Amino acid sequence: MITLLEARGIGKRFGGLTALEDVSLTIRQGEVYGLIGPNGAGKTTFFNVLTGSYVPEAGEFVFEGAELPLGKPHRVVGAGIARTFQNIRLFRELSALENVMCGHHIRTRAGLWGILSQNRHTREEERLTTERAFELLRYVGIEAVADRVARNLSYGDQRRLEIARALATEPRLLALDEPAAGMNATETGQLRGLIEQIRQDGITVLLIEHDVKLVMGLCDRVAVLDFGRKIAEDVPAAVQKDPAVIAAYLGGGPRHGQ
Amino acid sequence: MNKLPLFPASLPGKAQWVLLIVLALAAPVLAGYFGRTWVRVLDFALLYMLLALGLNLVVGFAGLLDLGYIAFYAVGAYTWAFLGSPHFEVHWPFWAILPLGAGFAALAGIILGFPVLRLRGDYLAIVTLGFGEIVRIFMNNLNYPVNITNGPQGINGLDPLVLFGWDLSRALGLGGLQVHSLYLYYYFFLLCVAGAVVFIHRVQVSRIGRAWAAMREDELAAKAIGIDTRAMKLLAFALGATFGGVAGGLFGSFQGFVSPESFSLMESIAVLTMVVFGGMGNIAGAIVGALVLTFLPELLRHIAVPVQQSLFGQVLLDPEVLRMLLLSLAMILMMLAKPEGLVPARARYSRTAHLEGRA
Repeated sequence: MITLLEARGIGKRFGGLTALEDVSLTIRQGEVYGLIGPNGAGKTTFFNVLTGSYVPEAGEFVFEGAELPLGKPHRVVGAGIARTFQNIRLFRELSALENVMCGHHIRTRAGLWGILSQNRHTREEERLTTERAFELLRYVGIEAVADRVARNLSYGDQRRLEIARALATEPRLLALDEPAAGMNATETGQLRGLIEQIRQDGITVLLIEHDVKLVMGLCDRVAVLDFGRKIAEDVPAAVQKDPAVIAAYLGGGPRHGQ
Repeated sequence: MNKLPLFPASLPGKAQWVLLIVLALAAPVLAGYFGRTWVRVLDFALLYMLLALGLNLVVGFAGLLDLGYIAFYAVGAYTWAFLGSPHFEVHWPFWAILPLGAGFAALAGIILGFPVLRLRGDYLAIVTLGFGEIVRIFMNNLNYPVNITNGPQGINGLDPLVLFGWDLSRALGLGGLQVHSLYLYYYFFLLCVAGAVVFIHRVQVSRIGRAWAAMREDELAAKAIGIDTRAMKLLAFALGATFGGVAGGLFGSFQGFVSPESFSLMESIAVLTMVVFGGMGNIAGAIVGALVLTFLPELLRHIAVPVQQSLFGQVLLDPEVLRMLLLSLAMILMMLAKPEGLVPARARYSRTAHLEGRA
């Protein structure tokens, strides 16, 4: 299989705290790759470093054969990596449709002059953005609330909207930070269907998740982080039996398990 | 055509626009009925509309609180004073000065924008406030050792607006009818405001307008979906400043005189009040806010002076003091009664007509 993303020796410190230490992992094209670990293991930090919110002290990312720019979120998105947030971050006063349209920003080119003169290219691009945004709302199953302001959507719909907005950036890799957090069993089931659909449509998925059932059922491979280090990387069934992983989750320290 | 949030909802969209245009065209004639002063007030209301529209773009759309906006007005006005007055004995035509003034203002916007890229909220407000004061103080003091701005005395005798040989400061004879200069300026300013509205509406409903809205709502999320917030902030500052620059040039030519006094912090606050009072983040709000808050103090001035004279035999409270008092009072009442402003319309950043019926 083709390698899509390779993290090489990523290290990130916050003052005296080592959040990530020498983390290397390889995500292959077309798979759903799970990133799990106890609270505070560094999963979200890894996301933030990958997507350019933080600059790592060590290491590099190679995405589709090219090095990713570090600490430049919009260029990472441009390269083809989109993310969602653990705590939903929508544009609350914009409609669902407009939220998704915002996601298309990086794939559009209209400049000030085109917008002022409303030339054909700009109008065509705008029409395409709108159509595509609507299609994406339909794709995640919330086209009925296209016109509603984001903050008035139900929790589950907000999660879906955030995924639609990320998909609007036309990513090759979609990074989901705990998409099932706060969802009930039905909603989680639907989410699982959506992620499988996304994978089928050729987008690789990087998934941080606490819901063990979801991770084990959905992921092709799983990496486990503990105290900022990668302690395992394998297919879910093997990871589940790994003694180091069991120790990290169940004992070996003053931490409560998941 | 969109519905305006100004009229009763029962009126169809097209009729509302026709009514609005008729009202705008007839306004100076109606105002003139009460005396020329009121036509002059209308002219100023239009200048304030330009300012409020420009500031709304920065504060309302992009969410960047700017307390020094009047500096761009000053840049525009002084550009006119330098290039179209006896001060340097330069008399350039309006089509050269106005775009230049707008360009300088945009440049000033970018110069302000760079150092404040990482600031927001209160901190941003303080720095922009300082910037506004710096510009004013420069204008006040650049008369020594080389006299550039003529200091606190200001510059006199600015060229009037001459549109390709047609001098707007002279009455126009239409048959037997003499149309006073104030009316001519009114219609020219009206044209500018209309142009600004079309301009701003197009930007609002575009990838740029959406990027600003995204940035305003959640800067981190905006970055995470690929919006270059740095470039978008600079663009907002520059574009907002452009309107200030144009309004400043028009102000200079209309007034015939500029001095640093016209560009105090209080003016910045007055314009911001108009934006917030009318309803932040939408075009109609900025326009209504500017109109109401230009007229109210003038109305009060005409009532307050005679009332005080008849009651106390003298004027105890200067009308200028009353103006600030009234603006503050209007603001407090508005925040208590209707915090979202006089015209609380949710701004739209997309055209969805062609999608209707598909959901």
